[in-house]
Amino acid sequence: MNLKMIFYTLGRIIGIEAILMLLPLGVSMIYGEWNTALAFLLTAAGALIISAALYCLTRNRNKTIYAREGFVIVALAWLSLSAIGAVPFVLSGDIPSYVDAFFETVSGFTTTGASILRNVEILTRGAAFWRSFSHFIGGMGVLVLMMAIIPDEDGRSIHIMRAEMPGPVVDKIVPRVKNTAKILYLIYIAMTLVEIAMLCFGGMSLFESAIHSFGTAGTGGFGIMADSIGGYSPYCQWVITVFMLLFGVNFNLYYLLLIKRFCSAVKSEELWAYVGIVAASVAAIVVNLGNMYSTFAETLRHSAFQVASIITTTGYSTVDFDMWPGFSKAILLMLMFVGGCAGSTAGGLKVSRVVLLFKSIKCEVRQMLHPRAVTTVKFEGKPLDEAVRSGVGTYFALYALLFGLIFLIVSFEPFDLETSFSATAACFNNVGPGFAAVGPIQSYADYSGFTKLVLSFAMLLGRLELYPLLLTLIPSTWARKKK
Amino acid sequence: MKIIVGGCGNIGENLLQSLTYEGHDVVVIDSSAEVITEITNIYDVMGVCGNAADYETLESAGIKQAELFIAATGSDELNMLSCFLAKRMGAGHTIARIRNPEYNDASLGFMKHELGLAMSINPEALAARELFDILKLPSAAKVDTFSGRSLEIIELKIKEGSPLDGITLKELRATYKAKVLVCTVQRGEEAYIPGGDFLLKAGDKIGITASHTEIGNFLRRVGLMQKQAKKVMLLGGGRTSYYLAKMLTAGGSSVKIIEPDHALASELSQTLDGVVIINGECTNQELLLEEGLESADAFVALTENDEANILISIFAESQNVPKIITQVSRHGMGKMATRLGIDTTISPKKIVSDVLIQYARALENSLGSSNIETLYKLMDGKVEALEFNVRQHSKVTDIPLKDLSLKPGTLIAGIIRGRKTIVPGGLDIIAQGDRVIVLSSGERLSDLTDIVK
Repeated sequence: MNLKMIFYTLGRIIGIEAILMLLPLGVSMIYGEWNTALAFLLTAAGALIISAALYCLTRNRNKTIYAREGFVIVALAWLSLSAIGAVPFVLSGDIPSYVDAFFETVSGFTTTGASILRNVEILTRGAAFWRSFSHFIGGMGVLVLMMAIIPDEDGRSIHIMRAEMPGPVVDKIVPRVKNTAKILYLIYIAMTLVEIAMLCFGGMSLFESAIHSFGTAGTGGFGIMADSIGGYSPYCQWVITVFMLLFGVNFNLYYLLLIKRFCSAVKSEELWAYVGIVAASVAAIVVNLGNMYSTFAETLRHSAFQVASIITTTGYSTVDFDMWPGFSKAILLMLMFVGGCAGSTAGGLKVSRVVLLFKSIKCEVRQMLHPRAVTTVKFEGKPLDEAVRSGVGTYFALYALLFGLIFLIVSFEPFDLETSFSATAACFNNVGPGFAAVGPIQSYADYSGFTKLVLSFAMLLGRLELYPLLLTLIPSTWARKKK
Repeated sequence: MKIIVGGCGNIGENLLQSLTYEGHDVVVIDSSAEVITEITNIYDVMGVCGNAADYETLESAGIKQAELFIAATGSDELNMLSCFLAKRMGAGHTIARIRNPEYNDASLGFMKHELGLAMSINPEALAARELFDILKLPSAAKVDTFSGRSLEIIELKIKEGSPLDGITLKELRATYKAKVLVCTVQRGEEAYIPGGDFLLKAGDKIGITASHTEIGNFLRRVGLMQKQAKKVMLLGGGRTSYYLAKMLTAGGSSVKIIEPDHALASELSQTLDGVVIINGECTNQELLLEEGLESADAFVALTENDEANILISIFAESQNVPKIITQVSRHGMGKMATRLGIDTTISPKKIVSDVLIQYARALENSLGSSNIETLYKLMDGKVEALEFNVRQHSKVTDIPLKDLSLKPGTLIAGIIRGRKTIVPGGLDIIAQGDRVIVLSSGERLSDLTDIVK
């Protein structure tokens, strides 16, 4: 275990967080919230000192890291990022309890969007900005950001990228890790800017556009209104619907479009599965809702918005979908588990994993009928590596196991089954709002501190795709070489 | 610069490591998914799984943007085909590894032209050339030659009790009056470019530049001269042995090759005249002694098995063979061999990697004022020796060397002007048309003007 390299990277991440805090600091100063500004200033200064100390301690380091260091770096980076990111909320008095602030920050960085705030409208502007900005940072990943801006040191940083980027197989889109990270971030930033511009055009203020674009880009879901997006014009709702869906697509496809390889982009099997699931769900909900809303256009808008919001695990809402009929709610609950495409900012199982699971099942069933059949599972036009296929199966089993475990713990709380189940699903899949007592117009405020920590852990597990956190908890990961 | 390497299982890690270190964007094509996974885990390169001569594979690797394509799969024919395709699809320059002696004859020029190849590489022939140079000067652990073979850099290990042990470079120059330059010293893990007060110690590995005859004179005066190896025993009858045996017999040495495979042995006996071919197990010590290992001047272990090469070299050492050379191909094995006390090792992959790095760097600097002609890595890769062809006047030409403020860690080790070689002093100048040998530790040079601050 290369501890020095781990702490060195942690130092850098904390330093980057300190610099990123200058943005909410600026926002607080613009709106004259000096108390909040001071909170950000103090936290940033503290983070910089920690970062400098870690840097000094790890000067003579061996740069070689392996997959295990990659996992541990990612897990610890996200934990420390959240621990430090929660401090300004407490210092500024926006969220007095540290556990609550930690839950809120984890929810921000993991792009979940689950909130413990009963009334988001009383937050100071600076705190609200930081809350949403954390979605933006967490969406593409802070370690990917680090790789994009800090000179690359060793070819092995691919291990860190693999551990942070979601999806069964993570590949570079250009030969160098650094350039890959840069391209991903440039696409991400460009798309966010376009959304901000389009929302401004629809009548939102710049501040609101930025907040909602960050929420959309990271597929997070923090807003600043009690009714989420419900109060905005249909134009804004459609813009957000489209962008939520766009941010749920594998970013590699956008790169293929940029280099004009349209055919390869359009041929993506995962993309079509994703489009198919979205279209089918919208159609089913529109039929199920029937005459609930006055016009067909309104029904379609709300259905499309909610489907996009849930499948990309964003968690915005235009209406209280908890009031919808059971069938529609069941569809939404299923979509929570599906999630967006691999290589996007969305959470959940990921469409590619679901597709692979179905293909595996088909293959196994055929094998039962024809025991001597020789079958190959193909995905994206290529024969699938047996290791990837069994990896997806194991991932699903582990996912179900951990889900059950967390669900059991959460069920100790005095809430009904629907609340506990949907709360677990919404946190584990980084969606945000669930049903009943944790529905879109409710909050997680009534949970005990312990359950909030468990749910924070669930959000991190979901965002980092289980393994980094689990491996960090296993003692043998930390085995050191003998002196 | 974008470089695509087709087939990376064979060309080795050295090349990928050097290319990424040089800042190139490298895409690797290999038909084995495992190899791709392994390599992309360790090096900052992108992997494409597929056949290097397949149109779609090449396209998805981005052949149109590639400035250099290197085909190094196990098959010569596949390499030629994929280079041909790559060139037609828009790659800038193509290099193919072509090993079969049948292709490496007079027809090679025609084939290169027709296929649009910028260069063909024959690792075994390159290795044989290097082995031949060392066998001519067995005192050295490594011999690298520059243009026209007029200037050489040799690596020498200072042994306990050697006359070089415990003297400074100034004394060395004064005592032995030799026109040679000690240009680099490796001590432990560090490599230096030494000044005049540098004190040499036993265990150091030094690099010496001079013309071939001057090096001979120097070694004779110091008493380290070993005669050219006349009786050479080669272990393993692969292509390197074939090329080396040919060169050695042409130079008048007697060569004995030991090859376990009967078919290969009889094939060698047909193609090589005047070489004794023995069919027998390479690791059979009795056989080696019976065939006169003790009386051999040099022993070269060239089997495909690194471990066998190392072990049998240790055995040969115990039989007091004056010069032993061990081939080690796998990454990292060279260091292990050195730790076991083997001085002279040779790695075809390293040689190939040097040639390709040189080509890539020259390509990158094709508009510069000077052109890289040769590049060698010395001292386990810690020091580079480069030969520049001075094409134009620049800020380093026509100025006495003492007035140039060189970057630390760089040294002008030699100037070749026409047929004359100069071991440079402070009053010498670099003129247009010269070939200049520069040593650099650390700094990456791609143009001669890079040596000044």
